[in-house]
Amino acid sequence: MIKSKAAASPYLVWMVIFIVAPLLIVAYYAFTDASGNFTLENIMAIGRYSSVFARSLLLAAEATVICLVLAFPVGYFLSRLRASKQHIMLMLVMLPMWMNFLLRTYAWMSLLENNGIINTVLGFFGLGPFRMINTAGAVVLGMVYNYLPYMILPLYTAMTKIDNSIIEAAQDLGASTLGTFTKVLLPLSGPGIATGITMVFVPSVSTFIISRMLGGGSNLLIGDLIELQFLGNSYNFNMGSAMSLVLMVIVLLCMSFTSSFDEQEMEGVM
Amino acid sequence: MKNRHLRLLQRTYVVLIFCFMYLPILVLAVFSFNESKSRTVFTGFTLDWYKSLFTNRMILSALALSLAVALVSAVVATVVGTMATVGISAMGRKSQLFINNISYMPVVNPEIITGVSLMLLFVFLQNWASKFDALPDAFFGLPTLLIAHITFNLPYVIFNVSPKLRQMDSRIYEAALDLGCTPRQAFFKAVLPELTPAILSAFLICLTYSIDDFIISYFNCGTLQTLPIAIYSMTRKKVSPEINALSTIMFLVILSIILISNALDSRRYKREQGLGKAGEGR
Amino acid sequence: MEQNVIVSLKDIVVEYDGEKVLDKLSLDIPDKGFVTFLGPSGCGKTTTLRVVGGFVEPKSGVVLFDGKDITDLPPYRRQVNTVFQKYALFPHLNVFENVAFGLRLKKLDEKEIRRRVLEMLEVVGLKGFERRAVTQMSGGQQQRVAIARGLVNQPRVLLLDEPLGALDLKLRKEMQLELKRLQREMNITFIYVTHDQEEALTMSDTVVVMNQGHVQQIGSPEDIYNEPENAFVADFIGASNILDGVMLADYRAEFSGREFVCVDKGFARNQPVQVVIRPEDIKVVPAGQGMLTGVVEDVIFKGVHFEMHVDCDGREWLIHSTQACRQGEAIGMDIGPDEIHIMARMEE
Repeated sequence: MIKSKAAASPYLVWMVIFIVAPLLIVAYYAFTDASGNFTLENIMAIGRYSSVFARSLLLAAEATVICLVLAFPVGYFLSRLRASKQHIMLMLVMLPMWMNFLLRTYAWMSLLENNGIINTVLGFFGLGPFRMINTAGAVVLGMVYNYLPYMILPLYTAMTKIDNSIIEAAQDLGASTLGTFTKVLLPLSGPGIATGITMVFVPSVSTFIISRMLGGGSNLLIGDLIELQFLGNSYNFNMGSAMSLVLMVIVLLCMSFTSSFDEQEMEGVM
Repeated sequence: MKNRHLRLLQRTYVVLIFCFMYLPILVLAVFSFNESKSRTVFTGFTLDWYKSLFTNRMILSALALSLAVALVSAVVATVVGTMATVGISAMGRKSQLFINNISYMPVVNPEIITGVSLMLLFVFLQNWASKFDALPDAFFGLPTLLIAHITFNLPYVIFNVSPKLRQMDSRIYEAALDLGCTPRQAFFKAVLPELTPAILSAFLICLTYSIDDFIISYFNCGTLQTLPIAIYSMTRKKVSPEINALSTIMFLVILSIILISNALDSRRYKREQGLGKAGEGR
Repeated sequence: MEQNVIVSLKDIVVEYDGEKVLDKLSLDIPDKGFVTFLGPSGCGKTTTLRVVGGFVEPKSGVVLFDGKDITDLPPYRRQVNTVFQKYALFPHLNVFENVAFGLRLKKLDEKEIRRRVLEMLEVVGLKGFERRAVTQMSGGQQQRVAIARGLVNQPRVLLLDEPLGALDLKLRKEMQLELKRLQREMNITFIYVTHDQEEALTMSDTVVVMNQGHVQQIGSPEDIYNEPENAFVADFIGASNILDGVMLADYRAEFSGREFVCVDKGFARNQPVQVVIRPEDIKVVPAGQGMLTGVVEDVIFKGVHFEMHVDCDGREWLIHSTQACRQGEAIGMDIGPDEIHIMARMEE
């Protein structure tokens, strides 16, 4: 409508310098050594950290699955409420997201500590103390807590598009509660599930704060490794770039997986 | 009968989930009033932590920096991003798709990648410029912080404003031309006012993202401390109830902003509903 | 005529937020008929349908199906199927899978499912559309899928909740005939909800007129149209002239300041009544010759007839006539004894 492509030029310049170029530099560093010669050594060296990568993937996957299971009913109940109530409940879901996530994670530190609140409360009942902080479980808990709203919201959005009459139609045609869930609710929530998985998995697999604050030193994740290469003791940009590159590939794979799942579900709709 | 049990079950479940989401925040808030530094035993009520928070130079200057960076980066991102939206809309489908895909990168990439990639660029530039003494030594700091924030804010502006631009009736622009506007006047008098709500909300999103950002700032702030970075350094010191006080204040500020905007929204909604009904009556 | 009853509602009470939507509603639905629930929006007709379908749990009352109590049975155990207002087709399934949905849940074997689905698609005129995505179909086609999806399960009763509401006029007329044909062919009960009186009159064997959670009248379309039991029914079924009057004696009524001969009897002497006169039943004659005289206020050409508003003693009469009058013209009005319908006046 408005013929002025020139208006985009400041952004295009910015985009090339600050979005495209940095990623190219990451690739450049990943395939060179300290003196700038081409090498595959950095990529190969990642094999040494395979346990860290495996742990990251595993914990992030656990957190994602737990989020999905916890969020699914919430999304469904919210989507069935009256519009005015939905509004309030959505606000309640989003409110914690507006708190800085460092503070949210810090809150769990004081809850989970060996002489923290949970253990103190359990102590009254003669239980514990349990070792909770600095465990892999604490890291997963931190991920679930921080990213649960990111799962609830897309699920809720997908489910608001499912008309009540669709669910009634399934029951009308003889589907029990379980049948309605597996044959109608689940497939129709597909796009929301896919988005939710990406939105929880990506930040979980790349976090370094949650693992540092709740995992102690013993639960290093990919994010921690990368951070160590750039700002920490290891200080090796080439190594860090190689790790970043691999992390990007992991994220891309995850997203192409969920988006293909998404498209499959949408075939009937499109 | 069965239905009623089911509904009770649903309610209980939702309440439990909300407890999970809010209990930690509540605990933080409660212990911000605790006399002793203990994070588990409540020994008595005090407001000391709030007092010491407001005399804490580190936190106050971090807050000022955060606000300044957020404001500047949000303004720049909103202006450049809105211009970009208009320009991109004039392009062909393929170039639009190409540009959008690249713009998506900072959104979908893990923040740590955006952070370190920008850091690498800045290191690269610094090394290169040091050969000619072209960059000041204090390059890592405010300039890099601003660039980083503008970079991650820009896509949000574009993805907020461009749908509005697409939805807009292109005849509005044509009508303005028809009525004697030059293209420039038509844009400012007819198109821009239509886009204002979207631009405004994009600006607010930028502000909040910017104030909230930790990871990208962490890699690009040099020795400066934004509020999240100050919070991070406080959490490393383990025992510091000032954090609790800070969390409580931030939560209350956010809560009141949301409640106010919500109240305004619902008032506007009701008014519109009222008008709609009156219209039907006629 | 003695007819079997398939669904029987007894003293059904339904409340939403403390507001009574159905107030001790009792109703018998004859088997193998085309039954229509007719009424304005909010009258409780859809709620009644949903009580039969099992989607609304009545606060009290009993639902009998073929003599058995099914009040507590969930929808998926009832021998009824529903065609929903906006079809509620499953967007993730194609036409074939939508229709096969209920059969698959019954775990029929694949061959049988295939046979019955294809047969049903042919009945509704959608042969060859099996692989189509339901979202790519027109409103009329989606409608047919929804009907096939219900009927393929061979329900005893098919519930239709304003199924034609979203279609344009021409398609509506077509589908009305189609539905009537399907009901006869399948030889089962259709319960049809609509707010369109014309639709109700054309399609039904039995019309149930409802208002404010109560049944106002049950009867054949002819009965409902010709012998409305009260002013609400008369007014809702068609634009009518409804006047207050007094029954002087059997066959003699007084209204509009004049005595008329009518065919009704059995009222008390001087009982206040309401008189219904259809606009098409008033004969226009030259001024001074008729029983009543009025002045034409406006004339609207309606295609088959002219619609006129006539002022007679300060009361507005509605007249449909093939004879055009001029605005401002004085005319006479004649009303035969057969055209005067007397109803007891309702307590407001």
